[in-house]
Parts: sequence; C-alpha cells; structure tokens
Amino acid sequence: MIKFENVTKAYPDGTVAVDGLNLEAPTGKLTILVGPSGCGKTTSLRMINRLIEPTSGTIYLDDQPTSGMDAALLRRRIGYVIQHAGLFPHKTIVDNVATMPVLLGESRQKARIKALELIERVGLPASFAKRYPWQLSGGQQQRVGVARALASDPAFMLMDEPFSAVDPVVRGQLQDEFLRLQREIGKTIIMVTHDIDEALKLGDQVAVMRVGGKLAQMASPSELLTSPADEFVADFVGRDRGYRSLGFTKTAGAVAIGEEAVIQLGASADEARAKASGAWVLVVDGSRKPLGWAQPELVRGEVTREHLNLSGIPAVVSGTMRQLLDAALSSPSRRGVVVDENGELIGTVTATDVVKAIEAEPHLETAR
Amino acid sequence: MNYLFDPRHWSGADSIPTLIGEHLLYSLIALAIAAIIAVPLGIYIGVTGKGVFLIAGLANALRALPSVGLLILLVLLISPAFPSKMGYILPSLIVLVLLAVPPILTNTYAGVRAVDAAAVDAARGMGFRTMKILTDVQLPCSLPLVLSGVRSALLQIISTATIAAYISLGGLGRLLIDGKAQNDYSQMVAGAVLVALLALFFDQLLAFITRRVVSPGLTRRTIKSASPAEPVKTPVTV
Repeated sequence: MIKFENVTKAYPDGTVAVDGLNLEAPTGKLTILVGPSGCGKTTSLRMINRLIEPTSGTIYLDDQPTSGMDAALLRRRIGYVIQHAGLFPHKTIVDNVATMPVLLGESRQKARIKALELIERVGLPASFAKRYPWQLSGGQQQRVGVARALASDPAFMLMDEPFSAVDPVVRGQLQDEFLRLQREIGKTIIMVTHDIDEALKLGDQVAVMRVGGKLAQMASPSELLTSPADEFVADFVGRDRGYRSLGFTKTAGAVAIGEEAVIQLGASADEARAKASGAWVLVVDGSRKPLGWAQPELVRGEVTREHLNLSGIPAVVSGTMRQLLDAALSSPSRRGVVVDENGELIGTVTATDVVKAIEAEPHLETAR
Repeated sequence: MNYLFDPRHWSGADSIPTLIGEHLLYSLIALAIAAIIAVPLGIYIGVTGKGVFLIAGLANALRALPSVGLLILLVLLISPAFPSKMGYILPSLIVLVLLAVPPILTNTYAGVRAVDAAAVDAARGMGFRTMKILTDVQLPCSLPLVLSGVRSALLQIISTATIAAYISLGGLGRLLIDGKAQNDYSQMVAGAVLVALLALFFDQLLAFITRRVVSPGLTRRTIKSASPAEPVKTPVTV
C-alpha cells in the first residue's frame, strides 16, 4: 500500500504543485493519477520515490513513512518506468534488464538469466538480448523498460506516462499486455497519465487531479463515468460518457440473443435467399465461425468471399454492453453477431434489444 | 628529403629519434596535465550546470591565444626563478596545456550534457547514487565526445610542440629552427614531414582506441559477430 497524507509540494517562488493530497493506493491494485498538465500528477509520483521531496505531509510505503529512509535504498524497492523508457544506450538489452538485480548484489550471470526470462515475459524474442537500445523501436524499448523495472521483483511500481510516447496501435497492444501481466503479478502500481481513456481502461481506481495539485475525485472507472463528483471531473472525463460507461457493464445474460439462420461459402443463391432475413444473410465457416454478411440479391451462382461485407464487429457473449451495442450498430444488417469464447456463433442481437436491457438494468446508475 | 634519409641523422645526440622522443615527451606530458584539469572540470560543469561561463568565455578565449607570444612572455617571467633547463620546459608545457584544455573541456562538457536525461532519471529512480550515475551512465555515455576532444587536443599539441625549439629546447622544432638558421631547406622539410607523420599516427591511434573502448550502443556501429543489427526483422510487430 502507498499512502499520501496531507502531502504538499510548494516551490520557493510560491508555485504550489501539489496541495494537501490524501490518497491511498491499495496493495496489488493499479491506481492511476490523471489530470490536465500542471495538475501535479508527475510531481506526486516523483515524491513517492523521493526524486522530489515533499514540502510537508507524509508518504507511507506499507505504513512506513518514506521520509526517514535512505532515498537510494527506498528507490531500489520500487520499480520505476518512465515515458521514453530511459534505457542505458551503451548497454545491451539483457544488461539493461539486469541492472536492478546487479545493483542489489546478484552475480552478473544470474542476473542475466533472470533478465532473459523477463525479456520473453514482456513479449520480446530472446534474440533481442544482445542488441542495443537504438536497434529497437519505441514500443520495444518501452517493453524493455517494463522488464527492467520488474527484474528485481519489487512490490511497488511507479509508471510515469509509460505508454504515451508510442503510436496508438502499439499503445493499445502494450496496454492490453500490461493488463494481462498485472493480472499475473499483482503489483501495487501507481501510474501517471494525461489520457483519460487509458486511465479508465487500465485503472482499478482512478484519481482525477485538477490544476493546482488538488485531488478532484478518486473512484473506480465506472463510477467516474456514471457519477462524476463535480463539473471539472465531468468535463475531464469528457464526451460519450454514457456510451463509454457501457464498457463497464457486463452483458451477462441480460440481453435476449436471437437465432440466426446461416449459410456457408459455396451455398447457392437460392439457399441464400431462403435463409436471408431482410436483405442480408450471415455466412459462417465449417465450425460456425462468422465470416461476414452477404446480400442474396447480388449473388449469381454461388456465394463466394467476394460477396462478404466485413464491417460488422462480432461481440463475445461474456463481454460488455458497449461491445454488444457496437456489434449491432456496426453490422450492415443491423443485427449484431454474438459469439462464444471460441469465436463460434451463438446468435444475433439488435440495438433495440441491447437498449432495452440497458434500460432495465438498475445497476448502471448505482455502479458505485 | 636528403636530410631525412641520411643515416648520420638517425643516431647520436641530436638525431631524429632523440628529437621525436623529446617531442613526444613534451606532448604527452602536456596532454596528461590538460586532461587531468579539463576532464573533471568539464564533468563538474556538465553535471551541475555551474560555471558554464567558463566554457563560453575562457575556453574560447584560450583558443585565440598567440602561442609563440605567450611562450616568450612566460619564459621572461618564469626562467629567472629556475636556474636549470626547467625555466624553459615549464613555459613550453604551460603553453601546450593551455592549448589543449579548451577542446577537452568543451567536449567533455558537451558530452555530459548530451547524455540522455531520461537514462539519468531512470538511473536515479532505480536507486543509483550520484557517483554511480556518473561512473555507470554519464561517463560511458559521454566517452565518444571526451575522446574526440582528447584527439583534437593531441593533434594541436603535437603540431604546436615545435615552438619549444624557439627557446632552445629539443623536439622536432629543432629541425625547423636550425634548418631555417642554416638555410637548409631539406632539414626543414624533414621536420615538417616528421611532425605531420607523428600527428597522423597518433590521430589513428586514438581513433583505434576510441573504437575499442566506446560501446557500439553509442556509436551505432554494427557488431559483426552478433545477430544482424538491422533493426528488427522478426515476427514481433511492436
């Protein structure tokens, strides 16, 4: 657990970066500090490992005040990941990752073995071990940065905008993999970001900070969306709140899934016409995995891949209302394809079905 | 060229090997003193940001120094205090050191400043103490620039060390001064050629040393023995 008690950081020129911050990051959870630039979120983070010393107040690491500790020894207990990775350019990837174990007194050989494991753990091939940082892309470097922070198996991790310097596609991948990794390792993490979508996606809890270094609201992602504390939070959380909050509501059997007649590739135009409902018919492969929608009236002879419209996004039945609604809205037939975990067809839903379920869902308003 | 290939000039008291030896001795002592002064100072200024004016002001002013004029001034000031040959050697060394300090100082400073701030922040955040950040991150990363400063300093020293002969000391400058006095152009050419060769040799030597001690991660050289260094042709997309 990391706890802020009345922590203030004021600079000699009178600027107050952080103002009386009270905050608790529970053990094993990912807490996100988010806010516009100048809200003191990075300052708050850097006060935890004392790269910045608080003016007043106390920060506790597992109930021990950090102020009495040797700063360097304190930092060695906390994994640290920063925006541009900050890899050592003169060291190979494996030696970069081995930094912390070596610092903590392990033999170089043992540290390297551990480092190799971690390199693969963060999704890089072992052949990267002997490369230098400049030979890696930004996203790859960031993975190495995470591996380096994990190498000493610290109980705590601080992450300062770890994914913001890479392009959106890579960022999405890194976020997904990081979530998966965190589910395995369960570190106590505080992460700083300016990106509210990232905060809502990754955080177990999210602390929204306002300019002047004050905490505006600390809540779970779904609570932030459904009941923002004030206008600032509402504004910061932004547009499409209602729609985005559906991303936190499990479908869990609340929506009636209709049967859908299907054909396979190679079916005749007549069969397609017979099975179609409205202008569209769903095409699946041999193991009932959806391939796309076809319009029988355009088919001459038999149905081939050229006839398929691929715009629909199938939703997994265990997913969220948002995915389900999106499946319906993105489908050319307006019937959203629902599949099981293996990708096999269960049936289809319409937007009306989903909206009805949402309206009947009492938890939406009271997700807190 | 006759002078250079005359065997009589290759042995004895004022022979070419002796002159080269003296020349190198002055040069290397001056370089060592300059490095001892300029490298720590450059690191200190680079790390702390204190005394940057030294770089901009002093270092550049020193570059514009008229070396012969300064040498004679120093001899007049210093030699009365020393009875021996030291009264001449010391002024020569001071001039050479003053010449060598600016390139080493400015390059060391620039090298330390150019170290990736994120790498330094990461090192501190991981619990490196200040000294370890210096020895493990800042110094190795600034090494290429420091060494290139040393390289240009040594070139300047070797070519300028000829002026020691002005004040009746040894070194390859002897061939130039004596040749001029005796209107022996062959001797002067021999001196000039030898200084140039010496400078070229040490330039290559330092280039070689640089390649050996600087991490390929900094120079972005590809390492032949290791896997292909072209960035990433593996299935991983990120």
